[in-house]
Amino acid sequence: MTRCIVKMVVEPGSTEITKTGAWRTFVPVFDHDKCIKCSLCEIYCPESCIHQIEGNFVPDLDYCKGCSVCAHECPRGAITMVLEEK
Amino acid sequence: MEESLFAPGHRACAGCGMPTAIKLVLDAAGPNTIVVSPTGCLEVTSTPFPESSWRVPWIHSLFENPAAVASGVEVALKRFGKTDINLLVIGGDGSTFDIGFGSISGMFDRGHRITYVCYDNEAYMNTGVQRSGSTPFCAKTTTTPTGKLSLGNPRPKKDLPAIAVAHGVPYVATASIAYPVDLRRKVRRSLSADGPAYIQVNAPCITGWSFEAGDTIEQARLVVETCLWPLYEYVDGALAGVTKVRRKRPVEDYLKTQGRYKHLFRAEGGAEVLAQIQAMADANAEKFGLLD
Amino acid sequence: MKKVVEGSYAIADAVRCCSPDVISVYPITPQTHIVEHLSEFVANGELDCEYINVESEFSSLSSLIGASAAGARTYTSTTSQGLALMFEVLFNVSGMRLPIVMTTVNRALSAPLSIWNDQQDAMAARDAGWIQIYAENVQEAMDLTPQLYKISEDPKILTPSMACMDGFILTHVYEPVEFLDIEKVREFLPPFRPEDVLDPEDPKTFGAFADPSWFTEFKYLQYQAMERAKKKIAEASKEFEEVFGRGYGGLIDTYAMEDAEVALVAMGSVIGTIKEAIDGLRSEGVKVGLVKIRSYRPFPEEELKKALKDANVIVTIEKDLSMGYESALLTDLKGAFYNSPARMPIIGFAAGLGGRDIGVKQIRGIVERASKVKDAGIEAEFEIFDVKPECL
Repeated sequence: MTRCIVKMVVEPGSTEITKTGAWRTFVPVFDHDKCIKCSLCEIYCPESCIHQIEGNFVPDLDYCKGCSVCAHECPRGAITMVLEEK
Repeated sequence: MEESLFAPGHRACAGCGMPTAIKLVLDAAGPNTIVVSPTGCLEVTSTPFPESSWRVPWIHSLFENPAAVASGVEVALKRFGKTDINLLVIGGDGSTFDIGFGSISGMFDRGHRITYVCYDNEAYMNTGVQRSGSTPFCAKTTTTPTGKLSLGNPRPKKDLPAIAVAHGVPYVATASIAYPVDLRRKVRRSLSADGPAYIQVNAPCITGWSFEAGDTIEQARLVVETCLWPLYEYVDGALAGVTKVRRKRPVEDYLKTQGRYKHLFRAEGGAEVLAQIQAMADANAEKFGLLD
Repeated sequence: MKKVVEGSYAIADAVRCCSPDVISVYPITPQTHIVEHLSEFVANGELDCEYINVESEFSSLSSLIGASAAGARTYTSTTSQGLALMFEVLFNVSGMRLPIVMTTVNRALSAPLSIWNDQQDAMAARDAGWIQIYAENVQEAMDLTPQLYKISEDPKILTPSMACMDGFILTHVYEPVEFLDIEKVREFLPPFRPEDVLDPEDPKTFGAFADPSWFTEFKYLQYQAMERAKKKIAEASKEFEEVFGRGYGGLIDTYAMEDAEVALVAMGSVIGTIKEAIDGLRSEGVKVGLVKIRSYRPFPEEELKKALKDANVIVTIEKDLSMGYESALLTDLKGAFYNSPARMPIIGFAAGLGGRDIGVKQIRGIVERASKVKDAGIEAEFEIFDVKPECL
């Protein structure tokens, strides 16, 4: 750490250790049947945390802050924001 | 699964427009890129020591000097024969329009091969929504509050792209996070310019503008559709392209969705201001030929 | 073989011999001749480097942050208002541990506007985390340049440094100097190879912000590096002497101190005048000596205590003021002695402000007054010297 402090140098992409999913109140629920794979949810997601896995778009809930941008932008209404039970 | 060059875990507000802008810009620039940023929302939310969201080399020095810092990086890369590396400044409007403006002018003037990207959220958001030179006419901020004698910011937004064009900057463009394909294309094009480039990206701020959760992209779309944020590019000083607006919407459609303009729909004199803002939109439509 | 050249030319040539990768400068009197000569070297192909004409001193130092972080050896020079404009950047450079080297031409700070010499500019930047070494003459300022790169770029130090030289008095004087040999400088000064640089192959983040759980540790390590610099400054001076045959002492140097009862302490070009005054006084039997401070930051506390321990009275002569509390060197020196057994009087004079001449006569006057302190006691601990009552 001393070397890291001396040069104020930080490793790339290391905010990944901070799980911002803890901020969330509402969680996006994806209806894969309605999805037309336009990928707009992935493109617009401010957290870069929606990924296409085995064909389906899936939010990484470790990071999703529940902002609901994906739900608003989905042209098919395939994403619903649901109050998360914690 | 392709990893974004801007990692999650950053501390931007939920629904912030800025990270989407950053992600799209880096998508277009690719990993062979160095980024310089000023102090601001982007810097504090992406690099709380000992963490960083950046997967490209990134450096922050001060609020008003990223254009100068980047100038130094550029000449050093030239010195070491590494001219294939893309060099970006990514900073907010407070740094760009106001405090860092002198060093941007110097960077433009010296002709460094640097793309300067301003994510424009139209006020000093990191310090709590104070007016910047980018704040639009009659928007409410914490330093241009509304009151008996005030309808918000008394001055129109500074026309920074025009100032860049006046410097002879070979590539100048406006963009919006609601138009990702256009934004990425503009970044790529800027990086092949023979000299400096300036791209001003509309990036709505949910906290400062005060709009409905989830509406971030819609805001960035509406401002384009009202012609208040024309999408254009200047190549070598000449207007080289605009994004046409198919169905021009009245400015009220945009303004009424935001807390920062709420007073215009209630206060005395608000109607006149709305007419003035509509006239600004109409002038943009005319000047840039936004309508068919 | 010595050649007679202008001080600024000598400095520019010393910079050339250090093979900087990037020079970024903004003109300001009386620093201008240095940057003009450098630009001529570049234009003539005598110096292969990137030279940026920036739009302000703020940007000259800022651009070097980028260049240095990208792995370049960097140089700039400024003075007075320019240094003041750099103020924010100075702290940023040292905090980011970038080994930038700057020639600080010492000049008064406005208002009233004065282009003439004193050392208020560098003194105001005392706490900025830069190594500050003051040169007595052109040759020393010149020889300091490669030494500072060697000190600053040491991986255990990584701290920026400034070679302070008095404006006009040294920058515009024509003096015989021994030029540096570029091959010998290369032998003395290894190439700059920083461990971390801005590089897409290894995409590190530079300049993250630190919350209260980290900030103290950053500053602690910076403070330690400055402490380590003390030894390195002395070593660099010694190594320089081995290669070039010219030595300047370590953090301090002494003159006629063996049996000195009155000890003068000063820095910069006034040292030459003081030495001349001492020669005269010594021939008259006055036991006066001099301690020349080379390194003001880091402050040579131990060296000063050792060199001054037998003096009856210590007198600082310095070209700066801290409005509200005397002058900086006087305060520092008194602080250095406070926890030591030595209890001699320490007094100080602010002199030579805004270019007011300090001649042998003035030095003799100061020594005469200091000589009375031992018997008569301290009349005034601090005084602004040479104030003309008729102008008040």
